[in-house]
Amino acid sequence: MTLEIIGISVLWLFLFLYVIVASIDFGAGFFNAYSAFTNKQHILTGIIQRYLSPVWEVTNVFFVFFFVGVIGFFPQTAFYYGTTLLVPASIALILLSIRGSYYAFATYGAKINHRGYIYMYGLSGLLLPASLSPVLAMSEGGFIKMDGDSPYLDYLALFTSPLTWSIVVLSLAAVLYISAVFLTWYASKAGDAKATHLMRKYALLWAGPTIITATGIIFELRSHNAEHYSRLLDLWWIFGLSFLLFLGTVYLLWKRRNYGWAFILLVGQFFTAFFAYGVSHYPYLLYPYLTIYDSFTNEAMAISLIIAFIAGLGLLLPSLYLLFRLFLFDKDYVKGKSDYHA
Amino acid sequence: MGFEDTALLSRILTLMTLSFHILYATVGVGIPLMIMIAQWVGIKKNDEHYILLARRWARGFVITVAVGVVTGTAIGLQLSLLWPEFMQLAGNVIALPLFMEVFAFFFEAIFLGIYLYTWDRFEDQRKHLLILIPVALGAAASSLFITIVNAFMNSPQGFEILNGEFVNVQPLLAIFNPAVPTKVAHVMSTAFMTSAFVLASIAALRMIGGSDHVYHKKALFLTMKIGLIFSIATAIIGDFSGKYLAEYQPEKLAAAEWHFETEGDAGLILFGVLDGQEPKYAIKIPYALSILAHGTPGAEVIGLNEFPEDERPPLWIHYLFDTMVGIGMWLAFFSMVYVVGAWRGWAIVRAKWFRWLLLATGPLALVAIEAGWWFTEVGRQPWILRGYMKTADAATTSGQVDLMIILFAGLYIILGIGTVVVLTRMYKRNPVEKELADREAKKGGVQE
Ligand code: HDD
Ligand code: HEM
Ligand code: HEM
Repeated sequence: MTLEIIGISVLWLFLFLYVIVASIDFGAGFFNAYSAFTNKQHILTGIIQRYLSPVWEVTNVFFVFFFVGVIGFFPQTAFYYGTTLLVPASIALILLSIRGSYYAFATYGAKINHRGYIYMYGLSGLLLPASLSPVLAMSEGGFIKMDGDSPYLDYLALFTSPLTWSIVVLSLAAVLYISAVFLTWYASKAGDAKATHLMRKYALLWAGPTIITATGIIFELRSHNAEHYSRLLDLWWIFGLSFLLFLGTVYLLWKRRNYGWAFILLVGQFFTAFFAYGVSHYPYLLYPYLTIYDSFTNEAMAISLIIAFIAGLGLLLPSLYLLFRLFLFDKDYVKGKSDYHA
Repeated sequence: MGFEDTALLSRILTLMTLSFHILYATVGVGIPLMIMIAQWVGIKKNDEHYILLARRWARGFVITVAVGVVTGTAIGLQLSLLWPEFMQLAGNVIALPLFMEVFAFFFEAIFLGIYLYTWDRFEDQRKHLLILIPVALGAAASSLFITIVNAFMNSPQGFEILNGEFVNVQPLLAIFNPAVPTKVAHVMSTAFMTSAFVLASIAALRMIGGSDHVYHKKALFLTMKIGLIFSIATAIIGDFSGKYLAEYQPEKLAAAEWHFETEGDAGLILFGVLDGQEPKYAIKIPYALSILAHGTPGAEVIGLNEFPEDERPPLWIHYLFDTMVGIGMWLAFFSMVYVVGAWRGWAIVRAKWFRWLLLATGPLALVAIEAGWWFTEVGRQPWILRGYMKTADAATTSGQVDLMIILFAGLYIILGIGTVVVLTRMYKRNPVEKELADREAKKGGVQE
């Protein structure tokens, strides 16, 4: 394995983890706002506050890890993506700020339960995937162009491309689906029958759109980036496996059984699809300008980053285990029996 | 829009985000230590007041952390968005501490979550206190790593450039650059000092408001003692920072002191205005600049005229330097008066006007933080990477920076107001007196 491959694998893994934990976070906010809107309020609020409040900062760090890591391992990305992403990334930052301040101001702070704030928080959960996911479309090439020496983003091409919109729709469906499956499990652990029922319904509702848009994107790619498309097809069996895992989740949800397993299968489904997509994207970071090889940092830096990563992981994994044991796997905490908030 | 313009706009946006982030970051580095001290004293003396102090600080801390995280995420991304050329270069040489910083964030975030949600969950209070240690270490480590990056911008080393390519990169050499020791030490001690004074201001505010509870007196005395220790440390380390500058960035020190000709027996100039190369209406402390720079009154200090015009920092950083040092001296002196006075039972310590001065310590320290950072950062101009890359050549070519400035200005205004409103509401709704009574009723016993 070359250093380049190790670097990109680490980053892709953390991006995947971010996608999962952030989807749970974004989706939960949306469901919360939606239930407030339909006056079924507070079926979910308790769960959101119990699970999400202690971990949102950690979720955010996954994101920071990704963009700092990319610059570390592939400094040239700063030149292409940094210059072109100013506007979309700034919008994403503003939306992230709304969410961060919601946790701070509304849940641990002054307990502001202003409806407007709840809606804003919920809406930001949908707008965020919509503003982050076009980056995937951009990486397929054709949207970032060169003006002499400096890259720029062709907004018109980006926003009129069916590929962009399919990716946006997929990200929305996936966020709601991942989040609903997780919350079904969490609510059932908490013994909250009402919330379990509601979330199970949402999970089943969003399963279909998720798989349909995901398939759609593969077809969009055929016309947009034929090279990538043919590499995707070479990996058809991984996508097949992913589809089987998807069926497993839906089956368990349908039968109202083993919600924990349903969630694990879902993680497997996304993991396989995400990696198959990533592998087929290889070696490009940005078609056709940037590959992981010509943008890679020098060897000394790469090795020191990998050593730092391993050392960091040694610190991180036990801490994450502790966090999850206390807030995800602790029966009394999940059930809301014990409230030890400062 | 030309390149010059986007460089200027990018500087404005960077300045805005960093100036906002640093307020929260400073407090984020310092307050965990303060909470730790209070909780430890509380456990040790079995004094409910200190425990409650720790708990109430922790609650407020969450708010500032959240805004710190949000604005930190903003600056982290903005560095790549606004300075792509610089980050491309920096990524090759100084990415290591940036990357390690992320692990420090993880560590801090995880244990902060645990700490906040496990009050009273453990039988043994000391176990809970233990969880705070990784929070404090994580915060200190994140300031350590980011300050290393900034130090590197001031005294880059650990690489060679050959035909625009990086050769012979040595990540560890880049990390241990000459600016690191003084910079890191100064940043940390000012963070502790500022946090202590900010907390002292809160106690003073309640006392001015008429509360005479012993809780506030304990809080004030504790924080002022800590403030005194760290303001003395800050002044000493600041003196070393001056020596660092004299050695490695003489143009910054010379611009700060309006010192044009290289000469010995150099005096320190305070305030004043500049007329050509002549300071007017200034207070001059003889030999002080030579002492600050090299430790002896006769030592020669390099003057600004040694540098080409287009490599000189702007001269107005003089006022930033004066502001920082002035505030530093005042706070060290004033906290000394308070601590001695409170210990000896002097009457002035209880006077109303004195309490107003106590109230001012926190805001003054924050002003000094801003002045200090502006001084170093503006004083590095025109370089973004001293000696290698000019700021104007590093900026983005995107034409939309102006719009982003407006967007982010709006965000910071909202976040700033939000912090103040939420913090005051939180404490007004649940005053100490009430909470103390509640806790005593719950325990069925009285302590003190
Ligand atoms: C509460 C805040 C505060 C206070 C009271 C002081 N400083 Fe400071 N100073 C900072 C906050 C700060 C800072 C914000 O932390 C800076 C900006 C960048 C840095 O490294 O630290 C800084 C930078 C800084 C530098 C520039 C270092 C460089 O560019 O590498 C010097 C020479 C001093 N300080 C010297 C002093 C002296 C002699 C002080 C006398 C009391 C003093 N500072 C008080
Ligand atoms: C020397 C000045 C700085 C100090 C002392 C500092 C310190 C901190 C601290 C302590 C936090 C955690 C917030 C909290 O817990 O209160 C934080 C957050 C953050 N800072 Fe700064 N910071 C500084 C400047 C910067 C700069 C220049 C960057 C950009 C590279 C940056 C990037 C970040 C990021 C990305 C976060 C959010 C981390 C998260 O998601 O948890 N900081 N900073
Ligand atoms: C958190 C405390 C900090 C504050 C308040 C601060 C303040 C400033 C200011 C005022 C400027 C504008 C200078 C000018 O245009 O004349 C600036 C520029 C800049 N700073 Fe800092 N800074 C801080 C820390 C850092 C750190 C730790 C880094 C490195 C990671 C950093 C990176 C930059 C960059 C890239 C620029 C733009 C280029 C330049 O103007 O030289 N800053 N900062």
